[in-house]
Amino acid sequence: MNKRLPFGLAVIMLVIPTLLLVAFTHYPALRALMNSFWNNASSRRPSKFVGVENYQALLEDDRLVQVMLNSTFYAIGTIPVAIGLAIGMALLVNAKLPGTSLMRLSFFMPTMLPMIAVANIWLFFYAPGIGLASQILGVFGLPPINFLGRTETSLISMMFVAVWKEAGLFMIFYLAALQAVPENLKDAARLEGAGRVRIFFNIVLPLLRPTTIFVAVNALINAFRLVDHVIVMTRGGPNNSSALLLYYIYEVTFSQRDFAYGATLTVLMVGLLGILAAVQYWVLNRKAHYQ
Amino acid sequence: MTILTKLAGSCCTAAVFSLAATSLSAAELEFYFPVGVNAPAVETIQALTDEWAAQNPQHSVKAIYAGNYEETTTKALTAANAGQPPQVAVLLSIDLFTLIEEDVIVAISDIANTPQDQAWINGFYPGFMKDAQFEGKTYAIPFQRSTPVFYYNKDAFRAAGLDPETPPKTWDEMIEMGKKLTIKNDSGNVTQWGTRIPTLGLGGAWLFGGLVVSKGDVLTTETGIEARIDTPATKASLEFLLELSKQEVMAPGGISWGDTPKAFLEGQTASMWTSTGNLAFVEENATFDWGVGFLPGGDGPGAPIGGGNFYIFEDTTEEERAAALDFIKFMTAPANAAKWSIATGYVAPRPDAWDTPEMKAYAERLPQALVALDQLQFAEREFATFQRAKVTQYLVDAIESVVTGNAEPAEALKNAQEGADAVLADYQ
Repeated sequence: MNKRLPFGLAVIMLVIPTLLLVAFTHYPALRALMNSFWNNASSRRPSKFVGVENYQALLEDDRLVQVMLNSTFYAIGTIPVAIGLAIGMALLVNAKLPGTSLMRLSFFMPTMLPMIAVANIWLFFYAPGIGLASQILGVFGLPPINFLGRTETSLISMMFVAVWKEAGLFMIFYLAALQAVPENLKDAARLEGAGRVRIFFNIVLPLLRPTTIFVAVNALINAFRLVDHVIVMTRGGPNNSSALLLYYIYEVTFSQRDFAYGATLTVLMVGLLGILAAVQYWVLNRKAHYQ
Repeated sequence: MTILTKLAGSCCTAAVFSLAATSLSAAELEFYFPVGVNAPAVETIQALTDEWAAQNPQHSVKAIYAGNYEETTTKALTAANAGQPPQVAVLLSIDLFTLIEEDVIVAISDIANTPQDQAWINGFYPGFMKDAQFEGKTYAIPFQRSTPVFYYNKDAFRAAGLDPETPPKTWDEMIEMGKKLTIKNDSGNVTQWGTRIPTLGLGGAWLFGGLVVSKGDVLTTETGIEARIDTPATKASLEFLLELSKQEVMAPGGISWGDTPKAFLEGQTASMWTSTGNLAFVEENATFDWGVGFLPGGDGPGAPIGGGNFYIFEDTTEEERAAALDFIKFMTAPANAAKWSIATGYVAPRPDAWDTPEMKAYAERLPQALVALDQLQFAEREFATFQRAKVTQYLVDAIESVVTGNAEPAEALKNAQEGADAVLADYQ
């Protein structure tokens, strides 16, 4: 057990992952930071150092304001709902009911599908007039809604897809946590005369708290990183009403080919994710563990 | 994640093939192409490419389907920036300024400089050459060119008591006829709209260009540094779009490009404005009698021209350029242009292609295909400037914010013009 690793081997094992990290994480991040201080050069415009000009553009960018509001609304809207649903589904499949494995499978199914496929399926559901959603509305005599073509509904329609897709994944975490809740605590509570609701709120829910914090922080980071379904379903439209931060970066960088401003936006996002990660560690260390 | 994988993938393929290319003396071409229509385009391109390779055994060519237009441009530019470009690619005609600015393409008129070559270049429809030329040089050869036309359901016209052989010609007729074509059910919900003009995204901006042309103006000029977003013509065009939904001729809110052919085929709308590139798709799937007309116009007929051209890339050897030019000549030769046009609905880019027996038989079977050709004389170039994607976004945002009811036309156009001017100021 205590045999020491040969020094050479230790160096190799340290260097390989470090190289990977440097090549694919640290170097690109530093490069983005450097690029953000230069203009977007081309054959018709010479490359020049512009200092904080790109960051001033960032502050004056109306589209960015809209995109940040969208991303925030997206996070606030999807995370609590997905967590609530996940707890509900986990309780359901954890109960000794008939057909549990079938239920688990169907709840987890959306998570297994690739996001691009999911987005395409939902694109068809939402198609005004011909899609499933319109036909359901039609059964009740309601007019079809142009879900993805209206600024009022496009983001919400996409959030719905995200909740549907993510809740299944969170359910797995909660299922694991529920199965780790010691039976003797529940037995003791029952002896004291507590009902099922009381047991859930006073015993199970507090014990699920580490999982909730973990899931919430990861979901928050995910909310700023999601891009696939935006590209497939709306391309950020109409009028930027469904554009999220990473999509905006993609569009600026690859379709508008403004690498300098794209780098500036990337710095913003890396900073934001860095803060979220720091908060995650701080919260997890302080609150997540019960002794 | 997906973007990274794609990028990495395209870089790797480019690297692998260029290694192979240097080890042989004859040209080994890589040819990137996009697909932007509902048609068996990949099979047709592959068949034509194989035919060229069989006729030129000293060369080889690899046709690479690279996704939609935007993805293909991104891949080609990324590969070129990495020093491993495809030798030849079909990319959007409006990417001309971007490709010139990035310095990745060669002027085809510099390679094709014999009198015969000149005659060949002059053999394309002038309308298609407008956006293939810049500063006196020809940079691209038209290949999959299209223009939107007005598709209408003749059965729906008959049911509404309209003459199925006279589609609307003006905006006023469009509104008047459209009102008769809109059908509501007992609960007051619309089951069939009068027309459908996509208003979202780049497709929406493309069609909007046609509205502006019909009011006697253009959105951009051949200089690549002028965007004419805030003009009386654009204002009138936006107001026409608003009027259509106000008069219940068209569904309110934004209308997507992709769902439009499906909505037409399902009878959700009695007519639609979309690319000729959908002719083959509609012919195959329509269960009703349908016709095609010019786009109804404001002051007269008007349409945008869109689609893709052949480009030859920098960083290629003399042999590769010569082979690429020969390949392009083969692909646009009358018989092959006809084959491509019939398979997809794209407008064959040369008059001599329309003289082939295959094309004559096709025009007889599907006279709708001729409408786009006739409309060509009223068509203008699509929105194209330097920094095209960024400048167009201002126009797209203006159109979208107005049709979704979030802004007034005058104000939205003014803001868009300011944004576009700021971007283009660098080039003045």
